[in-house]
Amino acid sequence: MNPAENMLPAGKGGFWIDTGKTGIASWIFSTDHKRIGLLYFWSVFGFFLVGVLLGLLIRIELMAPGRTIMGPQTYNALFTVHGVVMVFLFIIPGFQGSFGNLVMPIQIGSRDVAFPRLNLFSWWLYIAGAAIILTSLFTGGGPPDTGWTFYLPFSERTGTNVSLAVFGVFIVGFSSILTGVNFVTTIHRLRAEGMTWGRLPLFVWSLYATAWVQILATPILGITLVLIIAERLLGTGLFDPARGGDPLMYQHLFWIYSHPAVYIMILPAMGVVTEIIPVFSRKPIFGYRMIAFSSLAIAAAGSLVWGHHMFTSGMSDTAILVFSFLTFVVAIPSAIKVFNWVSTLYRGSISLEAPMLFALSFILLFSIGGLTGLILGAAATDIHVHDTHFVVGHFHYVIFGGSGFAFFGAMHYWLPKFYGRRYAEKPAILGWGLMFVGFNILYFTMMVLGMEGMPRRYYDYLPEFARLNFVSTMGSWILAVGLAILLVNLFRGLRSGEPVGNNPWGGATLEWSIPTPPPTENFAKEPVVTHGPYDFRGAGIP
Amino acid sequence: MSQPTHKDYAGAKLGMWLFLFTELLLFGGLFLLYAVYLSRYPHEFAAAGREMHLVFGTVNTVILITSSLLVAMAVTAVKRDDHRLAFVLVGGTVVCAAFFLVDKYLEWGTEIGRGIYPGSPRLVAGPAGESVFYSLYYLTTGLHGLHVLIGGILLAVVAVRVGRGSIHAGDYIWLENGALYWHLVDLVWIFIFPLYYLVL
Repeated sequence: MNPAENMLPAGKGGFWIDTGKTGIASWIFSTDHKRIGLLYFWSVFGFFLVGVLLGLLIRIELMAPGRTIMGPQTYNALFTVHGVVMVFLFIIPGFQGSFGNLVMPIQIGSRDVAFPRLNLFSWWLYIAGAAIILTSLFTGGGPPDTGWTFYLPFSERTGTNVSLAVFGVFIVGFSSILTGVNFVTTIHRLRAEGMTWGRLPLFVWSLYATAWVQILATPILGITLVLIIAERLLGTGLFDPARGGDPLMYQHLFWIYSHPAVYIMILPAMGVVTEIIPVFSRKPIFGYRMIAFSSLAIAAAGSLVWGHHMFTSGMSDTAILVFSFLTFVVAIPSAIKVFNWVSTLYRGSISLEAPMLFALSFILLFSIGGLTGLILGAAATDIHVHDTHFVVGHFHYVIFGGSGFAFFGAMHYWLPKFYGRRYAEKPAILGWGLMFVGFNILYFTMMVLGMEGMPRRYYDYLPEFARLNFVSTMGSWILAVGLAILLVNLFRGLRSGEPVGNNPWGGATLEWSIPTPPPTENFAKEPVVTHGPYDFRGAGIP
Repeated sequence: MSQPTHKDYAGAKLGMWLFLFTELLLFGGLFLLYAVYLSRYPHEFAAAGREMHLVFGTVNTVILITSSLLVAMAVTAVKRDDHRLAFVLVGGTVVCAAFFLVDKYLEWGTEIGRGIYPGSPRLVAGPAGESVFYSLYYLTTGLHGLHVLIGGILLAVVAVRVGRGSIHAGDYIWLENGALYWHLVDLVWIFIFPLYYLVL
């Protein structure tokens, strides 16, 4: 919209050069939230690509019944590592680490996070944990084959390298806790003058809710992982039925973290969508308070529903009833968000650029994922589709179709701000379109397969499932082609695309009020906030 | 363009309190297992609990409560700008931490001498609830002992910094947060002690 002001001749300016330091050490030891944000971005994104590759291999193996390209043990390792990489190394640290770090301090009008050195330490812990996980794949008894859930007693007995992998996840979890502590403190203490809680951008609200989940849930994962290692190394037998332990207790402890972890993955994604929709509808957000409140409500209610993963594990009927009820409660704040987004779109002046397309597809795919979640949340229907491909399809609709698509939306929305250059619009839309089509072929087919009774994590299947499995694999290839086009276009654009001005989209949040790329100090002088985050007129945007 | 570097004391303390919550929850997982298994094996837990050595536990309780008092006094001493006293008090806390670990070592040694450790032949042959009790005992006190060690190291660093004068009445957030951490270590023990040594 704005003709480029303050344009620099060749790409980089702002925090890229204004400290006078370049080279690798100025990055990996930097305490600047923007540099750390980009470190996080490239690390989590690297692992995302690894996860994609593993996922594609899983789909090729399942393309036809029987052995296609690998043996059963390799297959078991593959779906385990795919899950561990995607969950613990990509999407859990993904939003908070990359876009949280890049954007949140600027959005609240601060120079940095509350604890910049701790922030850097979090990234180092993440890298250390990731290195340990990678090491576990190639040493000892080989890559773990337990599934990313590490269910006992199998994970105690398998000869694969579970202990080391679990230790790596523990370290990554510690990193996540420290990020949570840092963000809650930052949002409480470092808001600029005039940045009241009611003027906080909704992305920040979602990060705030997420940070609380990280603080309150991750320690339970920590102790659970320690217990797995103790089971394996010391033989404590706390989850071993032969020794008086109860495997169900493992499942409780694991899901006390890992269900809320789903909200660590999806809440910031909802925040991204909430930022994109009003800007591309040229209209203030509808229902600011309810969206902010619903983030907290999802975080709170979502922490009490873990038992719905265990309806078939032998819990009491009372527990099943309570957990089922609470699961339905989570649907309410989620629906509040969806209705508010749709109301924002109503009579807006909608501009269908790449970030907006991802945000709109988020609403659709997340709604499908969320509603199929209710099928799983109701005990009566869950018993039929539990541990089938229906669950796999549902989960990917929420986390890939939801969080993943929002992540791509955020990449197109915010990365040009930090690189100073943008992607080309047409290839981005082509890439998005292919991804959207491929995605639905890939995962909707899985849900149908699940309804027909195909179990998940099985290496082989009955001949009647062959046709749909083939279709699903075709979908994965369309998705991959779309993804390749999208990424080549985006990254080429960030390197050598058209330069962008300070406010290419016409947003009213603070990050659009400072130069592109932002200087290291963010604001030349401490800002005083006089208007809301979606008050476009107050921000002087016609 | 550069803004003055300012220290946000309230922020640093808020961060520490949040971190302490996560520590409580870490132990919370073990206390949860204790509660569930106690309700499942009340008799075995009671029998095993009666065999615990109350003397070791009591000595450690006294040591930890004393150390918490010392570190709290150290904070007051620093606020009054009495460096020598603060140094002695923090040093005393570190000594208490060391004594605690020695006592814990002696206690574990005694238990292992009785053939009680995870996976030991005696526990494998005995009732299932007993094995669960002792596994939980070793894990909980082990994790707590690790925190005593970390807290002791942290306070040793603080003591050095008090001695050097880089922690003083104008800037004592390190000491205050170190003391908060140490109170957490103490507090967790205040729950471990009755649950394993007294109530059963």
